[in-house]
Amino acid sequence: MNRKIVLAMLVTSSLGLAGCKTTAPEQLPPAQSSVAPTAPSAQPSQPIGPQPGSQEHFVQAINGQNVIYFDTDKYDIDSSDAAALQMQAQYLVRYPNISVTVEGHCDERGTRDYNLALGERRATAAKNYLVSLGIAASRISTVSYGKERPVALGSNPEAWAKNRRAVTVVIS
Amino acid sequence: MKKLLPLLIFAFSAPAAAQTSAAPTSTLPPAASATPPTGDQDTGGLTGSVSDTSAWRDLGIAIPGFATDRDIPTPANANGTAALGRELARVVYNDLQNNGLFKPTGPDRLPQPLISQITAPNWPDWTSRSAEMLVEGYVKEGADGQLTVGCYLYDVQLKKELVRSGWVVQPAEWRRAAHKCSDLVYARLSGESPFFDSRIAYIAETGPKDHRVKRLAIMDSDGANHRFITTGQATALTPRYSPDYRELLYLSYLDGNPRIYVYNIGTGKQRLVTQSKNPTFAPRWSPDGRWILYSMAIAGNTDIYRVSAQGGPSVRLTNTPGINIGGSYSPDGSKIVFESDRSGSQQVYVMNADGSNQRRISFFGGRAATPEWSPRGDQIAFTYIAGDFRIAVMTPSGGDLRLLTNGWQDEAPTWAPNGRIVQFFRTEKNTGHTSLWQVDLTGRNLRRLKTPVDASDPSWGPILP
Repeated sequence: MNRKIVLAMLVTSSLGLAGCKTTAPEQLPPAQSSVAPTAPSAQPSQPIGPQPGSQEHFVQAINGQNVIYFDTDKYDIDSSDAAALQMQAQYLVRYPNISVTVEGHCDERGTRDYNLALGERRATAAKNYLVSLGIAASRISTVSYGKERPVALGSNPEAWAKNRRAVTVVIS
Repeated sequence: MKKLLPLLIFAFSAPAAAQTSAAPTSTLPPAASATPPTGDQDTGGLTGSVSDTSAWRDLGIAIPGFATDRDIPTPANANGTAALGRELARVVYNDLQNNGLFKPTGPDRLPQPLISQITAPNWPDWTSRSAEMLVEGYVKEGADGQLTVGCYLYDVQLKKELVRSGWVVQPAEWRRAAHKCSDLVYARLSGESPFFDSRIAYIAETGPKDHRVKRLAIMDSDGANHRFITTGQATALTPRYSPDYRELLYLSYLDGNPRIYVYNIGTGKQRLVTQSKNPTFAPRWSPDGRWILYSMAIAGNTDIYRVSAQGGPSVRLTNTPGINIGGSYSPDGSKIVFESDRSGSQQVYVMNADGSNQRRISFFGGRAATPEWSPRGDQIAFTYIAGDFRIAVMTPSGGDLRLLTNGWQDEAPTWAPNGRIVQFFRTEKNTGHTSLWQVDLTGRNLRRLKTPVDASDPSWGPILP
């Protein structure tokens, strides 16, 4: 992987968004030392696309790979997790002033206390992988929500698989 | 805000005070802790316990309305002390009925005794009924506005008093006198320790499954005197009453991260259990209230720590890779049962209170989580996970596994003060609705507790001081 791929993706996603409704971030992003070479700023009459430092920009830039998934009661990083985290790391390399929080989540089929600890373990596993790719640990915080914030609401294996996750969120 | 909860700062007068305010007729019962003056020294109760099918379960008990000397206004009841007397009997009746204890008959189906009959029952009123036992009582309002409540238990067949006691309470605390009466009857007839005069902390839940609002709440053991402590703006989880009921430990996302706080009910102020940026979970008190256990994750590894309830430095008690979490002291404070996945899955371990001699005690199929040591010391309740989640008990050495419930997801047992009933919460499949339940050690007497909204994470405190 190299920077060209990421850049190409950024441009693509920006163009793709130009035709969409305005999704400006609620807050201005922090000042960046390296500004992405995106077009919208040169065309003030156009809707403004996601800016670096926003969650929207991050998610688009890495092609939605800000979530990784875990097996039941597990916290190890498998190959698809690794690929997603590598994309996240490339983004963070490109935008060195951006910090993130990794949220760890569990499915409902665990006891509450244990799930809080397991969520923290999952978030930490994702963080450690990002650190191993060269991202400063000080830029990555973790928080566990245990089983408190499901995204899939059913009580079945498919829903549980979607809820066993670590979500990387840009700190705005 | 603190004035909303007078219950925990009221002065529950010593029984001795009752004697100073006693009527000349000296009908006032003696101190609850004193020996009954009526010669019956048999304190053994009938045989058995909640964990078996002893005959006392089927005892018919008549509970007519408590009598009063003068029907006068009282802050405890808008209709005066006579109406309050009937309410007192209803509370006793509901305590026994709702817990599957005995075969009670309440005041609405019984004649109302006169005040003069409380110490000398009109036996023909009762021998003609199926009741073997009779609970009579009275309520009087003193000049200071305080209520004196007396409670008498009679054996109808023997025409004999078995036990009596009395209490002086503030009007706002009138229900406690009824619970004390329930405890007196239950303890005398079953031989077990009391449990009704106690409170429960739990988490009140509202909202859809993916946007649950979770508030810290407290209530009496029968669900009365319900009060929300937190607003729900920050998710609150896993409360634990201090043994003196003055403080609550609980987890809150107040600052965005899971942290254990020590909340003072009287002042409404709270503090972090430990000054650390690491997440903390699963708070627990020692039985004497001097120590707090909490679990803290550092770099993804969770261990159990102990800190003085007054604050100060923490001591790490576990030190193995993985998740070591929870912790529940034995009644004498010498040992701690806790949960660990150091062997690969959640299992139950016991260690000495200083962290030494850690050893696994759960060896059966499935996982074992959230262990809680019985206040009697003889059992450990836990969440047994093998497909579904069920409430189970075992001995402190890990033997005699018994499943008490058969729900889809029953979780987080907490013991009644007498170690004879286990409370827990049940989660419904798909909807995510939660509710509080309790079951006795036979597993037969299962019932749901009424709560204003969905409820989880119950924590049953000890007998009120």
